[in-house]
Amino acid sequence: MAEKILMKGNEAIAYAAINCGCDGYFGYPITPQSEVMETLMLEKPWETTGMVVLQAESEVSSINMVYGGACCGKKVMTSSSSPGISLMCEGLSYLAGCELPCLVVNVMRGGPGLGTIQPSQSDYFQATKGGGHGDYRTIVLAPATVQDMYDYVDLSFELAFKYRNPVMILGDGVVGQMMEKVELRPAKPRRTDKELRELCDSWATLGKSASRPGNIITSLALDADIMERHNIHLQNKYATIEANEARYETYMTKDADHLIVAFGCMSRICENVVELARQDGIKLGVLRPITLYPYPEKALDALVPQMKSIMSVELNSGQMVEDVRRIASGRAPVHFYGRQGGAVPSPEEIYEAFVKTIKK
Amino acid sequence: MDINEIIKPENKVYGKSTVLKDAVMHYCPGCSHGTVHKILAEVIEEMGIQDKTIGISPVGCSVFAYNYLNIDWQQAAHGRAPALATATKRLMPDKYVFTYQGDGDLASIGTAEIMHACNRGENIVVIFINNAIYGMTGGQMAPTTLLGQVTATTPYGRDAKLNGYPLKITELIAQLEGTCYVTRQSVQNPGAVRRAKRAIQKAFENSMLDKGTSFIEVVSTCNSGWKASPVAANKWMEENMFPFYPLGDLKDR
Amino acid sequence: MAIKGAITVDTEKCKGCGVCIPNCPTGTIALSKEVNSKGYNYLYMANPESCTGCTNCATVCPDAVITVYRVKI
Repeated sequence: MAEKILMKGNEAIAYAAINCGCDGYFGYPITPQSEVMETLMLEKPWETTGMVVLQAESEVSSINMVYGGACCGKKVMTSSSSPGISLMCEGLSYLAGCELPCLVVNVMRGGPGLGTIQPSQSDYFQATKGGGHGDYRTIVLAPATVQDMYDYVDLSFELAFKYRNPVMILGDGVVGQMMEKVELRPAKPRRTDKELRELCDSWATLGKSASRPGNIITSLALDADIMERHNIHLQNKYATIEANEARYETYMTKDADHLIVAFGCMSRICENVVELARQDGIKLGVLRPITLYPYPEKALDALVPQMKSIMSVELNSGQMVEDVRRIASGRAPVHFYGRQGGAVPSPEEIYEAFVKTIKK
Repeated sequence: MDINEIIKPENKVYGKSTVLKDAVMHYCPGCSHGTVHKILAEVIEEMGIQDKTIGISPVGCSVFAYNYLNIDWQQAAHGRAPALATATKRLMPDKYVFTYQGDGDLASIGTAEIMHACNRGENIVVIFINNAIYGMTGGQMAPTTLLGQVTATTPYGRDAKLNGYPLKITELIAQLEGTCYVTRQSVQNPGAVRRAKRAIQKAFENSMLDKGTSFIEVVSTCNSGWKASPVAANKWMEENMFPFYPLGDLKDR
Repeated sequence: MAIKGAITVDTEKCKGCGVCIPNCPTGTIALSKEVNSKGYNYLYMANPESCTGCTNCATVCPDAVITVYRVKI
């Protein structure tokens, strides 16, 4: 039986980073995720694995340190919360444009503006539809438990290097701050210089080897034909990601004739809503997208025909519901229930809202 | 003596560095960027560190520096080169890491990044080209534009009340504990070029001695932006830039 | 012992900026009347006999188009 340790979601990110062979973390304090860097500084991984940890002067600098580290083929990451992620969006666009692997953790808080330090899911659009400028995508994973926070760090790096693309863990103040038992995974050592050469010498700035000209990492191409080819290449890559990497979980959907779609902490609360509904004889199930990009389109598409109604439950004013409506495509009524600005609903509140929609 | 008797490989005393690629530089005729690129290439060649050098290019005219020196390059977002260099050097301390930045990139949009990288004493080399104008976007005011200087956005001359004062960022950088070597150079005549080259070499050597950041400002010309011939621009620089941006070492420890 | 020098110019890459000319101590170099394919009046040795191979022109050349040769005779 593997060791289980009680920890906060934010601490889990830090421990997972050290454990999975992350080379560098660059960050800037912001509530509710500051424990990520605090934990790393306490653990001093530079003395054990050699991992670099640095407090930058801003989120802008953090993401550009990640950019520099990613250029070197290193496993590098940052973490922040919503306002800080807004500052990082330019860097994310560059990272995506240059096809660089990295991990960005967003422990979402309520907005807009400085907003609140309470949990929110109002960065769904920003995370899944862009955020920065240009036609790019980031792979987005939505953790619902502290174990997910821990496990998705390694998974993110695997996906980031598989597709040479930024990956975002889109958590929220709930999963960042709550404490749960986490099963630790076997440690992965950091890549050696030799492994790095073998894996990344064709593109990374490791120092020019004798067998190749200098590598240039840039997102700039003034020639429209070259830029269009690059964009088409990126879109083809995204299509591959969409075909292969959609992840989801279902809860009691087999016999369900009503469906709730919810991600992150809301999917757990909605499992309790299912219990309430089933006590009243209503066959309700939950679809939890794990990847918000690529969205689990096929899974939802397959569930739509059996449903009398679908409700998207989110900590925002209705963002993911647009994807749910698009996929349901008129085959079932799609409703929305959301709370905003840091408020988190109880299962009873959600159930009440759900019952109203099916009685209409 | 016949010229062809002289032009023989064994008599060659100066030629193009092997670190420079064959590509024709996109810079305007007489642009200081080319000269700085050239001596940078010569230092890298003479130190034998072509395989250990990583350059970070900025946004601005020298964004394309990566097309001219045959080393590994990263192209940074505007002003952020010191952040990329910080991570690169910390993750690969055995590499020579330098940023190449213009005055808009370093002294305007990137002030936070350069100040903090220098203040942390990152073991990197910073090459700062100050030509007192935005070249790439067509000659607008830079933070280092002199009072009275005419640019596309100061068509009646830079006015302190309207535009603030020219920023002596190198003097600010010299105050920071993290810097070990801060110098201001130029490349308009052979003596200046040789001094600037020695400064670049010293900076690269410093970066392996764990001494902190080495910062080299090169007071430069932008003859297109200044609307002067290359030779006249050099003269204007000597007469107008040097009094405000005096050459020499500000710090060496 | 006298010193004799000579330069070669990559005339296709020379942009005719002329910053080398005031830096030549012997008045050896000048811009040609002819232009290269880009339309630039490129550098040439107008007075080849006066060249000492001092490298001043090549040192200040922004485009690294000048190669310098020198012999002792």
